[in-house]
Amino acid sequence: MHAAIILFPGTNRERDIAIALERASGRKPAMVFHRETELPAGTDLVVLPGGFSYGDYLRSGAMAAHSPIMAAVRAHAARGGLVLGVCNGFQILIEAGLLPGGLLKNATLRFLSMECTLRVERANTAFTSHWQQGATFRAPMAHGDGNYFADDATLDRLEGENLVAFRYVDEHAQATEAANRNGSARNIAGIFSPDLRICGLMPHPEDLVDPMMGGIDGLPMFESLAAA
Amino acid sequence: MKLRVTILPKPGVLDPQGKAIAQALAALGFSGVNDVRAGKTIMLDLAETDPVKAEAAAREMAQKLLANTVIESFTVEPA
Repeated sequence: MHAAIILFPGTNRERDIAIALERASGRKPAMVFHRETELPAGTDLVVLPGGFSYGDYLRSGAMAAHSPIMAAVRAHAARGGLVLGVCNGFQILIEAGLLPGGLLKNATLRFLSMECTLRVERANTAFTSHWQQGATFRAPMAHGDGNYFADDATLDRLEGENLVAFRYVDEHAQATEAANRNGSARNIAGIFSPDLRICGLMPHPEDLVDPMMGGIDGLPMFESLAAA
Repeated sequence: MKLRVTILPKPGVLDPQGKAIAQALAALGFSGVNDVRAGKTIMLDLAETDPVKAEAAAREMAQKLLANTVIESFTVEPA
């Protein structure tokens, strides 16, 4: 697994992702600056990490989506390469049109910095193969614009084609309104592209990959990617 | 030529900012506020002097970058 992590001005979770990937795969990922126009040869996985690229100007992710490196990321995705977007990375994938929908301001208008529980909605993918279908795991989240929105036709298509990756759930694995802190449509926390090669999610599995961090709940994502 | 691009959340898209402003207005004693939608205005100063071409260019800019048409609608007018 050769991974490349993209750095935009304002990205701040790149080291977290690097630690998680290295722990799972034993290989140091490459760091690629947004002004680059090519990915390192042999890149299998591109990760767009969390942060506040371009200070969230205009809309979260809107500026980064048009960075020079994004043409290479699109080409990588078109070739069937793996792409993971976490938090601001998910927002960038949406703004780039690589995943459908939009991420609105949290319904409460509050920046949410807390732990949430996610349910794995589809386990047979490159991102989730090391979880059981329907498994739940804890993940930290920290975002102001994580309220997933799409029109009903798009939501029906995502569900019909089994492209919902993760949902916010309560301690009984139920997708309740109370568990859906940011107000996302149908409790959606993360989605896949139709070919299952692109995954975007708001919470941060990379921040629970070591007992020193308080748990290894997020490690299966990186073990899945390392085995992909 | 100067143009004003007005961007608003689409009808049906939750607008928590608009809702919060409506609540604050009510708290201040302004009655009869049926609805508030909050968006943004972007002022463009374009080299183009032909109003039709300038508006077309501004629309393309709004479509490609200024608005996210999944969640926002926009209007373009001379400023």
